[in-house]
Amino acid sequence: MWNRRQGRLRPVGCGVEELRRRRREREAALRKARREQQLVSKRLLRDDTPEEAESGCMDLILGEAEIQQFLWSAQRGTEEKEREGALASLRRGLQRPETQQTFIRLEGSMRTLVGLLTSNQALLQLEAARCLHELSHSEQSAVAEACLPATSYLLTYLSGHSSDFIELCLYTLGNLIVESEAVRSKLLPQGIVPALAACIQSPHQTVLEALGYALSQLLQAKEAPEKIIPSVLGSTLPQHMLQLLQPGPKLNPGVAVEFAWCLHYIICSQVNNALLITHGALSTLGLLLLDLAGAVQRSEDAGLELLVCPVLRCLSNLLTEPAVDAVGGQMELRDERIVASLFILLQFFLQKQPSLLPEGLWLLNNLTANSPSFCTSLLSLDLIEPLLQLLPVSNVVSVLVLTVLCNVAEKGPAYCWHLWPGPLLSSLLDTLAFSDTEVVGQTLELLQLLFLYRPETAQAFLQQSGLQALKRHEEEAQLQDRVHALQQTALHG
Amino acid sequence: MQLPPALHARLVAGPGSAEPLPVERDPAAGAAPFRFAARLVRFPREHEFFEDGDVQRHLYLQDVLTQVAEAPERPRVPEFACQVAGCCQVFDTLEDYEHHYHTQHRNTCSFCKRAFPSGHLLDIHILEWHDSLFQILSQRQDMYQCLVEGCTEKFKTSKDRKDHLVRRHLYPADFRFDRPKEGRGPATPTASLQVSAGAPGDNGKQSEGDAMEVCSEHTLPPTEPTGERRACSRRIPPTICFGHGASRGFKSSKKRNKHQ
Repeated sequence: MWNRRQGRLRPVGCGVEELRRRRREREAALRKARREQQLVSKRLLRDDTPEEAESGCMDLILGEAEIQQFLWSAQRGTEEKEREGALASLRRGLQRPETQQTFIRLEGSMRTLVGLLTSNQALLQLEAARCLHELSHSEQSAVAEACLPATSYLLTYLSGHSSDFIELCLYTLGNLIVESEAVRSKLLPQGIVPALAACIQSPHQTVLEALGYALSQLLQAKEAPEKIIPSVLGSTLPQHMLQLLQPGPKLNPGVAVEFAWCLHYIICSQVNNALLITHGALSTLGLLLLDLAGAVQRSEDAGLELLVCPVLRCLSNLLTEPAVDAVGGQMELRDERIVASLFILLQFFLQKQPSLLPEGLWLLNNLTANSPSFCTSLLSLDLIEPLLQLLPVSNVVSVLVLTVLCNVAEKGPAYCWHLWPGPLLSSLLDTLAFSDTEVVGQTLELLQLLFLYRPETAQAFLQQSGLQALKRHEEEAQLQDRVHALQQTALHG
Repeated sequence: MQLPPALHARLVAGPGSAEPLPVERDPAAGAAPFRFAARLVRFPREHEFFEDGDVQRHLYLQDVLTQVAEAPERPRVPEFACQVAGCCQVFDTLEDYEHHYHTQHRNTCSFCKRAFPSGHLLDIHILEWHDSLFQILSQRQDMYQCLVEGCTEKFKTSKDRKDHLVRRHLYPADFRFDRPKEGRGPATPTASLQVSAGAPGDNGKQSEGDAMEVCSEHTLPPTEPTGERRACSRRIPPTICFGHGASRGFKSSKKRNKHQ
């Protein structure tokens, strides 16, 4: 499907348990990195041919003399195959950090490599680019930064036509971009944004996916809101990005994932979201959400959460923009199919990725907070009960569910009329048994609204031992005033 | 999570919105000690709310997530040769041929056979090297345009442009796609022709010209042959061509190697 090189990267002879363990380790490392605001990841594009994999000469640590020999053969060999072979051997060696270190310390090595990169021997060029790519993927700054002399050429080649080569250049650039602000502050004056804007018109899906990756890395940078996003917004990139997110038969999931994340980084930086709204971002993303829910319904949902997540984030954040009202209210999003889609996706998350439930509920909050229409949809589409089923998942989820229910209840008696009789009250009595203060606090808020707009609820509450449930929290500092007020209301009306 | 069956049907049906129930708020709602107010929530980029989703994204980038994907095998075809006149490269995959074609033939100057990485650079080259009107106009106004896409600056001389590329765009001073054209005719060898032993101008292929050559000063152990070749290149005037489509001033590399 998307990651066409995926199958080859899995280490051979690795058991399922081993894979799971590695994944847990990686996940822990990523969480730690994110908390330190150091979340960067590089993408490795390795396309070993079956012959190479079998010949067992992968994973070779090369010494200085060998590297020199390979470079020399690549430059001066008489036979083309010999020259390509020499570079290929170098490339395999460069998969190892030790070789990379030796390479960058060797005087003139990078200049030679750049020379081969810009030779007009096409296949030699490709191999040289692969060598550079291996180097760019290194986690050691010195190695990645050694690639800098090549960047002006990599950018120049983005205007070329050879899709494989361009793809490689893009992934290499993407890896270099995350390396440091120093690298980025060199790439920006070299014209990376216009180069990407020109390249995004390529018809090749592989090129587009690579471009999206590189751009997402650029936009994720710490200094992006001030130094990068304004020029991206000033280019033709936003329109093309939105085009690539249009739902329909031409939508390529791998490409869409990258550009959805690009949009997310732009939107959550809050530089000029009004501009995106005028380009139709809300409409495109809304329709895309419908499309994704449809895919889930048809069970064509492998890896879909990777795309749904940034789409949800973009929509949720965009809905907070004042420009939304200026564009005739939530016009594009008055369609209640959005709510239907969201619930289908929530169910999907519950099965596949429960940690993403809060993000879905965040969107639901932003949809319902100021919209009587969507609150009515929740009622008319019978979505209250499914919502309640999410309460036990986690405290964060509970608070969000209760907030959405409050959004509905606060609109008045006509809304609360539909909330009781029904399963809501007994669910609230259950949540009162939680110990989390925020969950209980939100429950109390909802109870107040219900008692106010649908007084019969108070009666039922009393009958179902509501007072005892409240008593538990009488001593809790953050809750006691509200507990007391509810007790009064329930008893005396 | 049980969804009502009608929901799926709703998704498939056309757009529409619910007629909203009447809204009627009581001032007591959310009044102290209560505090609920319906509000839109936004999260900035570094907020911890995004942690889980961000971690998933990066696991994907690191290719740890398992996916069902089989890399397509590159089909091998019987060897075939490039059809462009004077080029006799052979290939056994279409992708290799595609890359060769784009690199060597697609953006090739029909006047001097130099190959360029993009149409943009080719256009600039033709203008600056083969357009006599350009020569005339450039004496009166700034005609040398910056090579970086998106930069609209123009300069009086190619040296000024190079300075701009280096200072403003942090380009290398020896950027290979910006050979200065000196004199009135095609570039003289002294300024621009720097060829190393490995320059693939052999077998009568299309001349790569200066644009995409491997620079000799970048070779590893400096050897005599390099110097010798440079001397060779200077002795042969650029206007002499050995055979059609051959590199200017050189015979095939096989012959060159014999001099070693």
